[in-house]
Amino acid sequence: MSSSETATDTDTDAATAEAPLRDEGREATLAQVTEVFGDAIVGSHIRPGDDLWIRVVRDSWVDVHEFASRRLGCTYFSFLSGLDWLPSPFGRDMDSQEDIITQGTEAKELPPMTTGYAGGDTRFQVFSRLNSTSEAFGITFKTDLPDDDLSVRTLVPVFLGAAWHEREAREMFGFTFVGHPYPVNLYLPGAFEGHPLRKDFPLLSRRVKPWPGIVDVEPMPGDDSADGDGDAE
Amino acid sequence: MTTVATILGDVTPSYWQSTLLRVLIVGIVVPTGALVLAIAFLFKVMAWMQSRLGPYEAGPKGLLQLVAEVGKWLQKEDLVPQGADRIVFKAAPFVILASTFLLYAALPTGPDPAWATSLPTGIYFVLAVGSISVIGVLMAGWASANKYALIGGIRAAGQLIAYELPMVLAAVGVVVLSGSLNLQEIVMAQTQFHAFGDWGPALPFIVVQLPLFVVFMAAVQAELSQSPFDMPIAESEIVSGYQVEYSGFRFLVFFLAEFATAFGFAAIVSTLFLGGWYLPIGLDLDSPLWYVLGPIILFTKIMIVSFIVFWVRFSYPRFREDQLQKLAWKWMIPISLAWITVTSVAVVVWQ
Amino acid sequence: MTATVPDNQQLAYVAAKAADARVNVEFESEGMTLNIGPQHPATHGTLRIVAKLDGEQVVSCEPIPGYMHRGYEKLTEVRTYPQVTTLVNRLDWVGSFANEVPFILAAEKLMDVEAPPRAQHIRTILFEMSRLANIVLFLGDLGAQMGGVTAVFYGFRDREFVLNQIEAVTGGRFHPNFDRIGGIKDDLPKGWIAETKVAMDKVLAFCDQIEDLLIGNEIFQMRARGVGVIPADIALSYGLSGANLRASGVDWDTRRDNCAPGLVYDKVDWKVITHPDGDSFARCWVRLQEVRESAKICQQLLDTIPAGPIMAKVPRIIKVPEGEAYVETENPLGVMGYYVVSKGELTPFRVKIRTPSFNNISVVPWVAKGVYVPDVITILASLYFILGDIDK
Repeated sequence: MSSSETATDTDTDAATAEAPLRDEGREATLAQVTEVFGDAIVGSHIRPGDDLWIRVVRDSWVDVHEFASRRLGCTYFSFLSGLDWLPSPFGRDMDSQEDIITQGTEAKELPPMTTGYAGGDTRFQVFSRLNSTSEAFGITFKTDLPDDDLSVRTLVPVFLGAAWHEREAREMFGFTFVGHPYPVNLYLPGAFEGHPLRKDFPLLSRRVKPWPGIVDVEPMPGDDSADGDGDAE
Repeated sequence: MTTVATILGDVTPSYWQSTLLRVLIVGIVVPTGALVLAIAFLFKVMAWMQSRLGPYEAGPKGLLQLVAEVGKWLQKEDLVPQGADRIVFKAAPFVILASTFLLYAALPTGPDPAWATSLPTGIYFVLAVGSISVIGVLMAGWASANKYALIGGIRAAGQLIAYELPMVLAAVGVVVLSGSLNLQEIVMAQTQFHAFGDWGPALPFIVVQLPLFVVFMAAVQAELSQSPFDMPIAESEIVSGYQVEYSGFRFLVFFLAEFATAFGFAAIVSTLFLGGWYLPIGLDLDSPLWYVLGPIILFTKIMIVSFIVFWVRFSYPRFREDQLQKLAWKWMIPISLAWITVTSVAVVVWQ
Repeated sequence: MTATVPDNQQLAYVAAKAADARVNVEFESEGMTLNIGPQHPATHGTLRIVAKLDGEQVVSCEPIPGYMHRGYEKLTEVRTYPQVTTLVNRLDWVGSFANEVPFILAAEKLMDVEAPPRAQHIRTILFEMSRLANIVLFLGDLGAQMGGVTAVFYGFRDREFVLNQIEAVTGGRFHPNFDRIGGIKDDLPKGWIAETKVAMDKVLAFCDQIEDLLIGNEIFQMRARGVGVIPADIALSYGLSGANLRASGVDWDTRRDNCAPGLVYDKVDWKVITHPDGDSFARCWVRLQEVRESAKICQQLLDTIPAGPIMAKVPRIIKVPEGEAYVETENPLGVMGYYVVSKGELTPFRVKIRTPSFNNISVVPWVAKGVYVPDVITILASLYFILGDIDK
């Protein structure tokens, strides 16, 4: 699975030919996973020469990681976290000069919720990344969490390092990792209420003081003329 | 004291007058010794070894820094932790200081000890009072009601007691060679010591007692809680150990005691191994010049020994407690015992 | 329209802070619970470690991060891409240029922009120099943790040469904020290349000095050999990276194996250094050798900087097209990666920051069972973390 070499070949090919880029190494990996898991693979994406995304059904979350660790050589656990696809109800908190230039000053309505690579059906997804140190490639796994049951089995039996990442995902998004040995807050203080990385949790600093936008240089001391055309406040 | 009296004229001081004079001199010498060591080594030499300048503002080239430090510590708030045992907490630094002052009672600085008695049990007395400081450390560690202090105190107790033995054994070698426990007699023996035949000048004991010198220096390093034996005050782990709850005047007492003890032990080392106040410069022992030269020579030797002690302190990382104990029990004690045997045999054979 | 924080949440927050601040001084009958930190000379910042002791032996040891949590992943959602660079400098603040690089590379990947060769070259040089600045500090600080205080000053003194060079180019010693999508901000000043070569020689001299003073010191070896052994499979399972992983015998270096386009490591001749033991000494030793290799990489790169522009053509207001990208680079502390999710707007939609120290410290409960208290300090010192990196 020398995907890096395949990548360089396909890159030079793409430069000269019109054939679409192919990444045989990663396609072979995807085929291996699909062969074993079949219907549990509900989405995938390959960026040739770069990366591989695989989305699985929630019930196969631990199994696919174990398969990757045992059969694909991906023994290195990089990270695990969550994705919240809801567009932020607070907008972009950037009522600045740049926004006025590019967007106009009308109120923007909320764009529809779209998910990223390898698709997605729900608002919340858990994603993790594994690397193979011997073959130098990595896989990103995603899984959907239904809105009424934000839970998934813990990866700690497969990768010990998942413990801290799952604690962080739990406190930041509100996921429950079934079977986690020590589900205690990692970053946030003991009695914190709410899940900060959710899109509907406000960024308090912007609520308290809106972004001033591009503010031009302040006038020199003693110079009364106000410079700049930015929104000072 | 009588020869000093003859210099002063025909005045015979009474017992109380001479005692007062001695107390005053010790009271001045001990802090001065600490001061000098601290300024010279802790600030300037340490800075030089670490390629920096050291304190530079107080006084010319920063030489009055210790005066500033003393002032700073004296004006700090006097804290006693809430759960602490007040009496023990307050008494602990003074126990250590007491042991330091007692140390100076046995040091000879000239042929007729001008202000110290010629104690028949000199070295034995010195080592005994050196151990009193262990009690002070334990008192400080326990009474502080702080887990870090407790850990530091227990480590100190283990370490200081473990290193008493190598120190004693190393001194025994010198005692065997000189035939007396009296420190003055030991110096006198070194004025007559011609180890390799009758030619050449009198040699200090270090030339035949080098292993014991090394053991004694290491034990001194441990008794002073200096790196590499500074587990009790391991700064990056237990942040000052048994001293952690002390501030203000009491911490100053710890600080003073540490450096005064270093000064005192350096004096002991110079006396035992380096020849004390004597240098074979061909000056007759009866000459009154020794009253001036003696202290100066002793002071120089103290500075040299202290330099070595602090040099090792600034260079080496610290031992872990169990490695420290292993070093004492498995290495230093057997080496000292072996060398004492060698010395005893040599003394019998060649004298 | 502004949402106020509800009263009960405010009260709960204050109460929690008070509870966390109470240091546990009561004696417990079985074993003793010792709080190392959050204010402590040994931890590089506010890391709290709760150790249950049995005498001097550690029964269990739990690091509690989060005292410096600044909420970076939330903050990046309201920053434009160039603004995120400034934010992200402050993750690993001793080698801070290195934090910007993977993010910029991820954004360049999504925008399908390639920085010109000169910019890539200079970017790599600055990346390696930040590694030098970081690990020279580590080597000095190693002395402080162990008790040999002299090493600290040598480390800081010789680091100044590298920081001076970084300042000459970027204007900032600690937070350069120099990388831009499509290139770098400014070109090199006159005479910089010659001076930097001199600085590299000084760093190599420092390595020899530290080897004599500290790494070769018998007491240091007694303290560090055999302490905190992490076998290779545990290291992989916990996601350790950088020198920690290579000291356990795993031969993986992101610069060689999956180097992101945008850095020019394929043009340099250098070695990846591993050590089979996996103990604290191995980690320290590997880092020392990495400094040497890094200085050699810099010297080679300094000789071969191509001429050309330093910035590719990018629009003034940067809107990154929709997509997701993950780029990881071999930062001084380990493998740092940014998973950037973009919705085609001015600001990223979600940035997941994979910091090396987070994984490196998560192994401490496993490795610190049954060791002595001084060994915990040795293990922490050899794993090497920066609080800003753990606590993003």
